[in-house]
Amino acid sequence: MNFSEVFKQSNHLCKVSPDGKYLATCVQYRLVVRDLSTLQILQLYTCLDQVSHMEWSSDSLFILCAMYKRGLVQVWSLEQPDWHCKIDEGSIGLVSSRWSPDGRHILNTTEFHLRITVWSLCTKAVSYIKYPKACQKGIDFSRDGCYMALAERRDCKDYVSIFVCDDWHLLRHFETETQDLAGLEWSPNGCVLAVWDSCLEYKVLLYSLDGRLLSTYCAYEWSLGVKSVSWSPSSQFLAIGSYDEKVRILNHITWKKIIQFEHPATIDNTKAIVYKEVDRRPAVVSDELSLHNITMGSTLFSTQSKYEICPLPVQIPVVKPEPDRANPKIGVSVLAFSSDSRYLATKNGSFQVQSLKWHCSGDSVILLGKDQLCLCYMDTDYEEK
Amino acid sequence: MGEWRATNAYMEGPEISSISHVTISPSRHNHVPGYSFPLSRSSYSVISAFCTEDNVPQSISYLNQELAVLGLSMCIEASSAEGASLKAVPVLNTMYELLQINKRNMCALEEMEKEQLKKLSTLEHIQISNSRLKDQLELSMREKSGLHETERQLQLKIKTLQSCLKTEKEEVQKLQSIIASRASQYSHDAKRKEREAAKLKERLSQLLVDRKERKLAIDVLNSLGRSDGKRSMWKTAKLSASHESEMYKTLLGDYETSRKALILENAELKKVLQQMKKEMMHILAPRQQSTSGATAADDSQEQVESDEEKAGNTSREAFDHSCELAREQLLNSIRQQWRKLRNHVEKLDQVSQVHNQMESNKETIPLETHEDEMERMRQEVQQCREFIHAQQQLLQQQLNTSFDDETAALLNDCYTLEEKERLKEEWKLFEEQKKNFEKERKNFTEAAIRLGREKMSFEEDRAAWLKNHFLNATPFANRRRYSSSDGQSALSVRSEPEVRMSSAKAKRSKSPTYTTFSTPKPSRSSPVPSTTELYRTLRLLPDGSCSKHSNRGRWLETSTVEEGHPQIKSNLQARAEHRRRKNRYYRSALGKRKRTNTQRMSSSSNLTTMKKAVQQLRFEASINRVKVSQAAVDLQQFCLQNALQDPLLTGVSSSTNPFRPQKVCSFL
Repeated sequence: MNFSEVFKQSNHLCKVSPDGKYLATCVQYRLVVRDLSTLQILQLYTCLDQVSHMEWSSDSLFILCAMYKRGLVQVWSLEQPDWHCKIDEGSIGLVSSRWSPDGRHILNTTEFHLRITVWSLCTKAVSYIKYPKACQKGIDFSRDGCYMALAERRDCKDYVSIFVCDDWHLLRHFETETQDLAGLEWSPNGCVLAVWDSCLEYKVLLYSLDGRLLSTYCAYEWSLGVKSVSWSPSSQFLAIGSYDEKVRILNHITWKKIIQFEHPATIDNTKAIVYKEVDRRPAVVSDELSLHNITMGSTLFSTQSKYEICPLPVQIPVVKPEPDRANPKIGVSVLAFSSDSRYLATKNGSFQVQSLKWHCSGDSVILLGKDQLCLCYMDTDYEEK
Repeated sequence: MGEWRATNAYMEGPEISSISHVTISPSRHNHVPGYSFPLSRSSYSVISAFCTEDNVPQSISYLNQELAVLGLSMCIEASSAEGASLKAVPVLNTMYELLQINKRNMCALEEMEKEQLKKLSTLEHIQISNSRLKDQLELSMREKSGLHETERQLQLKIKTLQSCLKTEKEEVQKLQSIIASRASQYSHDAKRKEREAAKLKERLSQLLVDRKERKLAIDVLNSLGRSDGKRSMWKTAKLSASHESEMYKTLLGDYETSRKALILENAELKKVLQQMKKEMMHILAPRQQSTSGATAADDSQEQVESDEEKAGNTSREAFDHSCELAREQLLNSIRQQWRKLRNHVEKLDQVSQVHNQMESNKETIPLETHEDEMERMRQEVQQCREFIHAQQQLLQQQLNTSFDDETAALLNDCYTLEEKERLKEEWKLFEEQKKNFEKERKNFTEAAIRLGREKMSFEEDRAAWLKNHFLNATPFANRRRYSSSDGQSALSVRSEPEVRMSSAKAKRSKSPTYTTFSTPKPSRSSPVPSTTELYRTLRLLPDGSCSKHSNRGRWLETSTVEEGHPQIKSNLQARAEHRRRKNRYYRSALGKRKRTNTQRMSSSSNLTTMKKAVQQLRFEASINRVKVSQAAVDLQQFCLQNALQDPLLTGVSSSTNPFRPQKVCSFL
């Protein structure tokens, strides 16, 4: 294994292009694009200020660099180095900037979520979308890039607008039966939109593309509700992680719960294998769980530490929620399906896991912790059982 | 008796004082009368004032009155008018009566005193227990009061708690209402705030738009082409319509895919259903035959219907999967089938329950027998196992010693091992017997040979003698003699051919004895053997032939016996002895004949020969002879004696029979 020299970067801005050929890193106000195979600098762009956000376009041709402080967005072309584009949001401010799926439009969210400005790089046209809702996940593009769902708040009521990304035509606009909409997510086939309420109420609503309410799911009342929602890649299952430390999985036909996984403090399932980091601070291993009750063993990759198989039952350190503080660190906060929809990785409680990602082969998980990265391989022979 | 008299004497004194005295110390009086006697004596002297010589009649009358009062009919009478002396008999009687009364009273008194003592003790006991109970009562009263107190306190507590609860409930209600009001207030405020924020946002955006800031612009070098290469279109109704249609297309596509998946699933489920139906029908079919006629008819009808439905279903399936009619019919048929199955199962349950009840009533005794049977079977199995084990062990042994042929052969038929050994012993015995017989025969033959030789020598002697006689005789005088001798010689000649004939006969029979005998050598002049020898040999000669005969017979016998039992052996030996004795008898008879013959032959034999003959006769006379009849009787007796042990007559018992049929071992 070879290691390259260390490249400088700032604000954790270091991204590989979607086609996997280039690597873009930001160093203060400079944007450096390298060829991944040779690691040689292809382009060097200079932005107007320190870059706070950087994003590749879907076709890997353009790079967006947002400077939130200045309310500026600069776009660079990889093919035409002298092409440049600068979008100034002006005094209205900027809190978020992102590409549209086609890579020709930029969506800027202004301060106070006053509006979303859609800038077209093709026509230089600008369009505004009013009343966007400031919430956990208020905007979501469908997987094929055709439609965009946007949560809106008007007159103290939640609405969802569905736009056609092609020309930002408003396709549907409907009110949702939520108290305080917290997020929405398209199913991978782009036909069902899952909408969930804020944590004060356990409520998951499912809308079809044309705005019909397909189903409503409510597991319990009164206590804190949904924390995370994730679709399986096959669109057949919807996993809902909640504050009661359980994952419920709905099917796509009747939208009823088919199974419920708990996160017990002691793992005594005989099928489970638990690996524990020994040398360093323990308790990095995230929860084990799978759709088919096959527990994945986590092998953590680190140079200094080793991992041992713990004899069952294993006691997982549990954080008691503090009642006087908001947003308790309990509940299932991260859900990740493997690409073949066979496994589900979850993160429960206050583990130092930033993100969970499955490898496309579906037999290994990347765990990004606060100060380390873990690769969890699953023995493929094991799953044959 | 002395005491009694003493008391009597004392009793003659005044009774009242004594009674009074007695009441004072009854025990003393009872136990130490000797002691009280002098005391009463002294008292007598003191209270002698009662009766003096002057007032005897008065005192008598007084005493009579007193006695009447006491209920005694007797009265003391003065013997004389003056009353100086009393009539002894009534006085004594009254005295006796009084004594009796006194005694009785004393006894009663004693008993009563005892009673009193007892009662006193019981009283004491009762008093003690009473006091104890009083204490207990007091204690319990105190406890009771304490409990009352605690109960009161608890009730108070309950009351306070209830009031607390009430207040708490009220509090809760209040709080709930407060929360509700607060929540509503909060939501209201939130809405207000949100509205305000919205207004502010509106205002801000308006302001921002109104200002038309220079900065709020896009600065692009040159506009890019669309990623799909198409040109952007104007926003028209057509476009929106196309969007709509596209959306519906995607939706439709999604529904189509889901429908397809569902159809596939449906088809599979249908397949499963059909299979289930088939199996159900298969299960239900035999039941219909067994059940009673009415239900069977019903079922068969249903069966036919369901069959029709099934056919319809399958035919429809081919045309249209989602035909509702087909689905309904399918559902109906399934329901019917299901109902039937359920009924069937219920029926079966009932039947089984009834059956169980019946069985539980019935099967109590059979179960025991069954267990017994089982136990027996187990035992049998155990036995069989042991048997097999033994067999295996034997086999193992055989395998181990298979190199030894003889033992292997023995082990091959381990059942007949014993018998074989026994037979072997028998065989040995027979062999020995055979040897003995051989020996005897040899002896006989040797004797015969000797006899032949002796005979030959005798012939030679005779020839020599004849020659001498012929030569010694005068031609004339000797002629007559000669003639006579000739006659004799003729006789002898006549006898010679006899001998020769016999020899020829012997030759023909090829007996070794006769061959030796038929080759006389007249040239050899051997000394004449002693007559005793001769006779012995002569006696032996027929014995030889006879022995041969008997031998043969014996052989026959042995051959027959050989297969028989060893018990025969002694029998046989005895018989052989008998035969020998008989032979001896025959021999002697034969010897006599020969002797006469020889006597005739040597009519004028010399003295020595005569002497020898005498010797021989003496010898023979000394021999103990047995008559044939006696021998026969002996023989018969022996036979009868041993008849019981003769297996040929009585048969062999199965326990000792070595050739009994083998037991057949068979597994059950």
